[in-house]
Amino acid sequence: MRWRYAMANIVQFEDVGLRYPNSDGETLSGVHFTLVSGGFYFLTGASGAGKTSLLKLLYLAQRPTSGTIRLFGENAGTLPRERLPGFRRRIGVVFQDFRLVPHLSVYDNIALPLRLTGVPEGDIDAPVREMLDWVGLSPRGPATPPTLSGGEQQRVAIARAVIGRPDILVADEPTGNVDPDMAARLLHLFESLNRLGTTVVVATHDFHLLGRIQNAHMMRLESGRLMDPTGALRNPPPMRAPA
Amino acid sequence: MSAGVVAGAADRRILDERGGTRAMTWIMAIMLLLTVLAAALGLGMVNAADTLDRQLAGRLTVQIVTADPVQRDRDTTAVMAALARMPAVRRATPVDRARLDELLKPWLGDTSSDAAVPIPTLIDVDMSVPSEESAMLVAKGVRTAAASARVDSQSRWLSPVASFMRTMIAGAAALVLLMAAATTAVVLLAARAGLETHRDTIAILHMLGSTDVQVARLFQRRIALDTVIGGAIGTVAAMIAVWAITRQMSGLGSELVGGAVLSQGDWLILAALPLLFAGVATLAARIAVLRRLRRVQ
Repeated sequence: MRWRYAMANIVQFEDVGLRYPNSDGETLSGVHFTLVSGGFYFLTGASGAGKTSLLKLLYLAQRPTSGTIRLFGENAGTLPRERLPGFRRRIGVVFQDFRLVPHLSVYDNIALPLRLTGVPEGDIDAPVREMLDWVGLSPRGPATPPTLSGGEQQRVAIARAVIGRPDILVADEPTGNVDPDMAARLLHLFESLNRLGTTVVVATHDFHLLGRIQNAHMMRLESGRLMDPTGALRNPPPMRAPA
Repeated sequence: MSAGVVAGAADRRILDERGGTRAMTWIMAIMLLLTVLAAALGLGMVNAADTLDRQLAGRLTVQIVTADPVQRDRDTTAVMAALARMPAVRRATPVDRARLDELLKPWLGDTSSDAAVPIPTLIDVDMSVPSEESAMLVAKGVRTAAASARVDSQSRWLSPVASFMRTMIAGAAALVLLMAAATTAVVLLAARAGLETHRDTIAILHMLGSTDVQVARLFQRRIALDTVIGGAIGTVAAMIAVWAITRQMSGLGSELVGGAVLSQGDWLILAALPLLFAGVATLAARIAVLRRLRRVQ
């Protein structure tokens, strides 16, 4: 929330290119866009278009091979290693493959971001239980991820991503393993978080989701290039007035 | 995964340690068992060498070496009188002839008690001021009193024993250092293996904003705990063994062997070894993990 009015452009990609070692060509090339603080963005594109690679750049798992990425006003491509954790704590990530810690309980997985930031143990229980309730997994707190269904793991991953109230939430196919009702509920959760000021970027194949969020922007990747037919990504609209 | 050095049970759960922990604990127990035994040997030798030094320093043996028994008695009287006048001499005691016969019996048989066999008279001299200069003055005075007198410093003929003890002390110290180096190597290997085993968990932690120091802390705490627990087991076992050996040594009745018994301070040093090793292991784990993590994105 602190960034909503303090900073208009939370993410800026300037002619960003990404080439993996030993690959034939660039996975992403000339990607240029701006994400406004508090915006809601859908990233679409066919499989292999580069959606996951773009998200990796966004959550600092990958550095670009060309171009500049500005995150929270700083050049993310040249950030020293010791400053990466501080940036990553401001970005919540829902991975396509969930990436839950298999030997930790659902409760401990969700609590992990709070423990990483040094939240006292006594202050962890309430938000974790709230998250468990939010994603409908209250009775599953003591269970470990391998005993959960794909959809349940997805929800744990979402709860873990949002518990720290990140400035940006990046979700890679977050509704891929849940039924339509749960997909609608999760999207509603993202929208609620967005209303609190979090910038949300959701990569999805599911075109049914796209119309469900009012004022959401659409980013479409085709063969590693970003399509911006309306120009809204290159020239974002003026910042919204404080609520 | 709090910022503090000591964390709660939640932090300890982050690394799945089923299986590996017990092995590391027992390895540390064995390492510390051997280290404490080596250290106890070294400390015992230091004590024995001190005892030997105290016993030999300032002790001389005067021999009156002449075949003529009358002359021998005369020289003995002269030497005793000269020694009595010397301020550097605390006490001079001629060795009893019966005691000499007993000492020589294994070599000479019953003939040693034969008056015809020229056995030198021996005088044990205790110096009041044990020093090289005093010993030289006494030797000079003794030779002036009787030309047939020879003076031996006891430390000279016991020098091979002292040299052996010094070698043993150096060997024990080298063993302790080697064990510390081996422990460090084991910890480095364990830390690297742990990083490989927990690679996925560490990647998740990094993505959630964990610092390298936080990850390193998980490993160093685990290894410190293994070292302290294993070390305590090994140290207690070694101390029981050392205690049993020193009890047997005390019963031998030898001044030299009895001198090797450990003091209260020595026991405290042995008890501190697992803590020292835990410190070394913790530091080694931290360095190893941080170095490895720096190579990761």
